[in-house]
Amino acid sequence: IVYVPKAQYGGRHTVTMLPGGGIGSELMNYVREIFRYCGVPVDFEIIDIDPNSETNDDLEYAITSIKRNGVGIKGNIETKSEQTGIISRNVAIRNELDLFVSVVNCKSYPGVRSHHQNVDLVVIRQNTEGEYAMLEHESVKGVVESMKIITEEASERLSRYAFEFARRNGRKKVTTIHKANIMKLSDGCFLETSRKVAKDYPDIKHNDMIIDNTCMQLVSNPQQFDVLLTTNLYGSITSNVICGLIGGAGLLSGRNYGDHYAVFEPGTRNTGSTIAGKNIANPFAMLNAAVDMLNHLGHTQHANAIADAMYETIVTDKIHTADLGGTASSTDCIQNILKHLDGKNISW
Amino acid sequence: MQATRFLKKFVTSTNTRSLASGTRKVTLIPGDGIGPEIAAAVQKIFATANVPIEWESVDVTPVRNPDGRFGIPQAAIDSVNRNQIGLKSPLMTPIGKGHRSLNLQLRKEFNLYANVRPCRSLEGYKTLYDDVDVVTIRENTEGEYSGIEHEIVDGVVQSIKLITEEASKRVAEFAFQYAKDNQRSKVTVVHKANIMRMSDGLFLRCCRETADKYPEIKFEEKYLDTVCLNMVQDPRQYDVLVMPNLYGDILSDMCAGLVGGLGLTPSGNIGLNGALFEAVHGTAPDIAGKDLANPTALLLSAVMMLRYMDLNQHADKIQQACFATIKEAKYLTGDLGGKAKCSEFTNSICEKLN
Ligand SMILES: Nc1ncnc2c1ncn2[C@@H]1O[C@H](COP(=O)(O)OP(=O)(O)OP(=O)(O)O)[C@@H](O)[C@H]1O
Ligand SMILES: Nc1ncnc2c1ncn2[C@@H]1O[C@H](COP(=O)(O)OP(=O)(O)OP(=O)(O)O)[C@@H](O)[C@H]1O
Ligand SMILES: [Mg+2]
Ligand SMILES: [Mg+2]
Repeated sequence: IVYVPKAQYGGRHTVTMLPGGGIGSELMNYVREIFRYCGVPVDFEIIDIDPNSETNDDLEYAITSIKRNGVGIKGNIETKSEQTGIISRNVAIRNELDLFVSVVNCKSYPGVRSHHQNVDLVVIRQNTEGEYAMLEHESVKGVVESMKIITEEASERLSRYAFEFARRNGRKKVTTIHKANIMKLSDGCFLETSRKVAKDYPDIKHNDMIIDNTCMQLVSNPQQFDVLLTTNLYGSITSNVICGLIGGAGLLSGRNYGDHYAVFEPGTRNTGSTIAGKNIANPFAMLNAAVDMLNHLGHTQHANAIADAMYETIVTDKIHTADLGGTASSTDCIQNILKHLDGKNISW
Repeated sequence: MQATRFLKKFVTSTNTRSLASGTRKVTLIPGDGIGPEIAAAVQKIFATANVPIEWESVDVTPVRNPDGRFGIPQAAIDSVNRNQIGLKSPLMTPIGKGHRSLNLQLRKEFNLYANVRPCRSLEGYKTLYDDVDVVTIRENTEGEYSGIEHEIVDGVVQSIKLITEEASKRVAEFAFQYAKDNQRSKVTVVHKANIMRMSDGLFLRCCRETADKYPEIKFEEKYLDTVCLNMVQDPRQYDVLVMPNLYGDILSDMCAGLVGGLGLTPSGNIGLNGALFEAVHGTAPDIAGKDLANPTALLLSAVMMLRYMDLNQHADKIQQACFATIKEAKYLTGDLGGKAKCSEFTNSICEKLN
């Protein structure tokens, strides 16, 4: 259902690249290095957003660029200002482009140090409303109200996406994650809508679970889940918990879709400011985002070749960065991936 | 567990009522689902250990108040107000429109502003993580649980998360004082002020200001998602965590999961007018009435309560008997991978107390 831009000029695509803060720019450099090496027919329009800026000029330019190109890849964009008028730029991008769904595939890599093995689940998260509505006001001094907005329309659109996704990807079960016992109207609406939509998909099992129990279940038995359908905040929570369980922030990617645009990024949306510039960050999450992007654009041959080389590197060669308990540097990983790509000798 | 000794200081306690015999009255809310079973288990163990307290059992099934709304019976409220201390089994809140959460009402009624949940790996019971020792402190009166919700127009619903300076400062103060009194070294405030800039921003600022008054305690600020990520990777990096209501709910349950689940973690609710100790888990309708529930969480909460009442010797004795039974692993309930009934587990603890 997501619109894929037509390739231009001899099959080439232009993609907006927003490196973001922390480890973003070094990881993007690896993406470009590998793309160049494989002759991937993608050109990047790179836009840096100054985290300290009190204006949103860079941000507006970035949004325009993604609107023009249809596709973006991004790191996490910091919003340093604590002024309440300046909203989170990551949220602004998702809202402005109406990227209503975020999909994080959480699949274990065999042999990676982790608390759980053989996890294979998908978080499908509402991406534009809920707790991230950012409608807040100070009614009296020292009393702040923050609105969480849930609409039937967005809940329905998301639920449909989730069940369609399940059907198309051979998934068996969708679990709605909520807190409707406390937030009876808002989460209640989310839950009820998903139940209604579930009726149209009798081939897919549907159940629901409250968010606190979900987190408890995730840490003890994540294998029981298949597709998680969540509100915005609960999606952030669950995907971070799962990523933590199967290898951390440096492995998995996340995909943001709307009807017109798609943006790819690391699954846990971390900045990694404490490890930036040290050649120790795990490049896999961003590379997986790049692979997702290639698949989205239909460059599946390149996508598969890169994904295979990554798999060889992490599973067979066990080139692991510090976050996975290894000693490899970021560039060790990249060199090894390039080595495998070289060996493949594909004629692109 | 010596943790709770400190809790007292926070309650402007007008001395819990002592009876002539030296026994003290404690309100007991047996609750729903597995509640009555595990409450009975605790009562039995306390009786065996000759704990000098007298239970005042109250029913909190909602009744229609004069104003037409359903709520907790006045008798139950009076009991807690009189005794200023209570033990509560899980209560059921029906999902759907028109019902107010009973747990919420209790919190409101007694101004239980801080929820404390020590979460520690048990020696002798192997879990995925055996190095967990964190305490979550959750703001318990407002936030996402404000209960203010509207349908603005058809199909558009809003819930209001309410953060006040007063409540934020109160819980922040509690957290730092707790850390200090319990020889803890660090307090982490868990927030999402990058998104909820005003509300979580206010909470964060209150914690920062309080931190300045406790230079001996390390203070750190972390995003909720980062804590979720890091907690499951390496829980040792955290010590005391303080946070708004919903985050506390989620993280405390998750931490319980790290050390073997809902059946094991105690909790205390500290209020302006008293303290209420309760099990972390819900009513577990799936196993209710089958003598399968694990009473440990409620028992350890009751132990926390004993320390709060300065009945430390009894607390130690019961806690040891409980841990010994778990370590022995002869009578473990289903949630701990055993086959024993709740009553068998309880009896095993009682035998060790005799
Ligand atoms: N690509 C990566 N490779 C390895 N570790 C990563 C990667 N991305 C994030 N992390 C780690 O995940 C954790 C969370 O990241 P996050 O960006 O939230 O924190 P940070 O910005 O590094 O640190 P802080 O929040 O203290 O400034 C950190 O421990 C970070 O080092
Ligand atoms: N004391 C206990 N002993 C054994 N298993 C328990 C215990 N408490 C909870 N469980 C199990 O943990 C799971 C979640 O329990 P919980 O009571 O939170 O359910 P719930 O549906 O959230 O109920 P509630 O709505 O009352 O919170 C259930 O499968 C239940 O059987
Ligand atoms: Mg909970
Ligand atoms: Mg529950």
